[in-house]
Amino acid sequence: MARHTLSVLVQDQPGVLARISALFSRRGYNIESLAVGVTETPGVSRMTIVVEVDQLALEQITKQLNKLINVLKIVELDDETAIARELMLIKVRADVNARSAVLQIVELFRAKVVDVGTDAVTVEATGSHDKLEALLEVLAPHGIKEIVQSGVVALGRGGRGIGDRALRSADKQA
Amino acid sequence: MAEQISGAESFVRSLEHANVEVVFGIPGGAILPAYDPLMDSKSVRHILVRHEQGAGHAAEGYAAATGRVGVCMATSGPGATNLVTPIADAHMDSVPMVAITGQVGSSSIGTDAFQEADIRGITMPITKHNYLVTRAEDIPGAIKEAFHIASTGRPGPVLVDITKDALQSKTEFHWPTNVDLPGYKPTTKPHGRQIKEAARLIVESHRPVFYVGGGVIRSRASAELRQLAELTGIPVVTTLMARGAFPDSHPQHMGMPGMHGTVGAVGALQQSDLLITLGARFDDRVTGKLDSFAPRAKVIHIDIDPAEIGKNREVDIPIVSDVREALLQLVPAVTAEFDAGRRADLTGWWRTLNHWRETYPLGYETPNDGTLSPQYVIERLGKIAGPDAIYASGVGQHQMWAAQFIGYEKPNTWLNSGGLGTMGYSVPAAMGAKVGKPDATVWAIDGDGCFQMTNQELATCTINNIPIKVALINNSSLGMVRQWQSLFYNERYSNTDLHSHSFPDFVKLADAYGALGLRCDNAADVDATIEKAMGTNDVPVVVDFRVHRDAMVWPMVAAGTSNDEIKFARDLAPKWDRGDD
Repeated sequence: MARHTLSVLVQDQPGVLARISALFSRRGYNIESLAVGVTETPGVSRMTIVVEVDQLALEQITKQLNKLINVLKIVELDDETAIARELMLIKVRADVNARSAVLQIVELFRAKVVDVGTDAVTVEATGSHDKLEALLEVLAPHGIKEIVQSGVVALGRGGRGIGDRALRSADKQA
Repeated sequence: MAEQISGAESFVRSLEHANVEVVFGIPGGAILPAYDPLMDSKSVRHILVRHEQGAGHAAEGYAAATGRVGVCMATSGPGATNLVTPIADAHMDSVPMVAITGQVGSSSIGTDAFQEADIRGITMPITKHNYLVTRAEDIPGAIKEAFHIASTGRPGPVLVDITKDALQSKTEFHWPTNVDLPGYKPTTKPHGRQIKEAARLIVESHRPVFYVGGGVIRSRASAELRQLAELTGIPVVTTLMARGAFPDSHPQHMGMPGMHGTVGAVGALQQSDLLITLGARFDDRVTGKLDSFAPRAKVIHIDIDPAEIGKNREVDIPIVSDVREALLQLVPAVTAEFDAGRRADLTGWWRTLNHWRETYPLGYETPNDGTLSPQYVIERLGKIAGPDAIYASGVGQHQMWAAQFIGYEKPNTWLNSGGLGTMGYSVPAAMGAKVGKPDATVWAIDGDGCFQMTNQELATCTINNIPIKVALINNSSLGMVRQWQSLFYNERYSNTDLHSHSFPDFVKLADAYGALGLRCDNAADVDATIEKAMGTNDVPVVVDFRVHRDAMVWPMVAAGTSNDEIKFARDLAPKWDRGDD
């Protein structure tokens, strides 16, 4: 089992998100993270889906996704050839005594404080999955009150987009 | 200014442009506007059924018998949810079908309005695609796309849900000249290099077998299959969905594989060194325990659906293609290999196959208490009605016997619910088939359990002059479940006794529906009874064949076990010694 990041171009039509999430649950796969947004092309949305599955299951997922009429293209993005980021907001305990220590951590991780209260601060951090895990780990001793996290968004490196490049295109014929 | 018509009129014109000749359905509140202009259509016939499930299975039967898209129609809410079973059935068996449903007004969607159900959401996992149309101007495009998607690639059901206000508002009619579906481009032509490699593997294998599935029927590839089979001399097995794709009388036909397949067909797969898989999907009812299925075989898998390839069984040569196109290219490719002098000797393989065929033929025991043997009834029916008749079965023991003991010679003459296993399929499917093929004799072979789920369509048949014939294999129980109780539950018959030798009286029931009701309970009368049914063509016929209730379907591979564990009769396993080595 390994983490795989799929970039899926879909027609921006009502119900398309339901179709995709329903397909995962129907076939018995869990979505670890899902993010949807607009693209440079009107009428086309891009979903970034992270799944933790073995190779055979990944192949089934991409093939089944490809059968959805509203799915235009699926590309698997891997760590070496793509940039993946997620956003996290962390409310961490930081009273007068702890505040400077917390701020130091925030600075080290190039995160920023977006809200300050008397006994807590809210930190905004973006980065890879690993970076955010590490940040959480060092903040944990101070006491994390609340976190909220976005899905992963990812983009291939280099000058071309997935609309025109044949990365490891999942829809290629076996 | 272009002519202004209602969305409903636009809908009916769309059906006409899609060359729809018949729609099976029932009106209701939300779909009502569509039914008004439908009444005036010169080319679209609407057949009013008695239950929406009947409409759905009738559309399936029509599609399976003709190869055309079947159409069913229902209102919102319960009308639509009653279509769910046939839609799921069509999805499992790749039946081209378009289901039209009415929906509450677009401003009422989401308010739990009267007869509101989110049928688009409900049918997402059981349709190839579906639509919710809320504007009149979108109706023709949705209908055009629905028919295109249902009938191309791997066929399947498409649902179009249309709101009442879309049907009622005014629009201009434009039938789109083409469909624009950038995300839907089925691969229909095979890859040339893969065909070459497949041909090489075919000619060098010593124990090859054609594993033929329903895709061969859907792609109308029977003639091409026969050509390649005869060119190579390789044995053929046809799955439950493929009965009729290759003539049963052909000497290379080893019969049906699977849970109730012949020893010869199961053995051919198990001991094969090459499965040439054509439009089949390695279903668990064929493979038995997957990891012991055909353990020494390489696999060529030809299917139009890329997701089927490698889903259950690892594949050596995957070919995404319409089966017919692939076969058309395989014939010259294999011929070229033969011309180059490459051809494995299949004599030893055939010696083995013939040995199995002779040692373990299909058969059954005649009950010794004088009661009627169900297999005998079905066997005689097949002989008397012949290979030009169309047979639509329900689900259970009678279905398996009908697959085993009737000789199929032509595609589209055997209709059944293979994937979903829907009891109640038979009568409405036979009705749909008869509408599509009015000159053919159409027999529904049904069980007493199945029949009581959908027999209300006999009224539809009588009233609309659709004279189907029903052979009711009445063993007074849910026979297949009872068989499992006999074998695996110590003969504890929990809730499988239907008492249908007492209630209802099927002859009276037939009579009440305006059909001819006949009864037969001994072997001596079987032929005469079938002949009488064959001679009755002005009304539907129901024959209540009261049969022995302890008859069992053999051979059998118990669920979850290996195909190697097949029993050809209770506690009797074949010997697998191969003749060639």
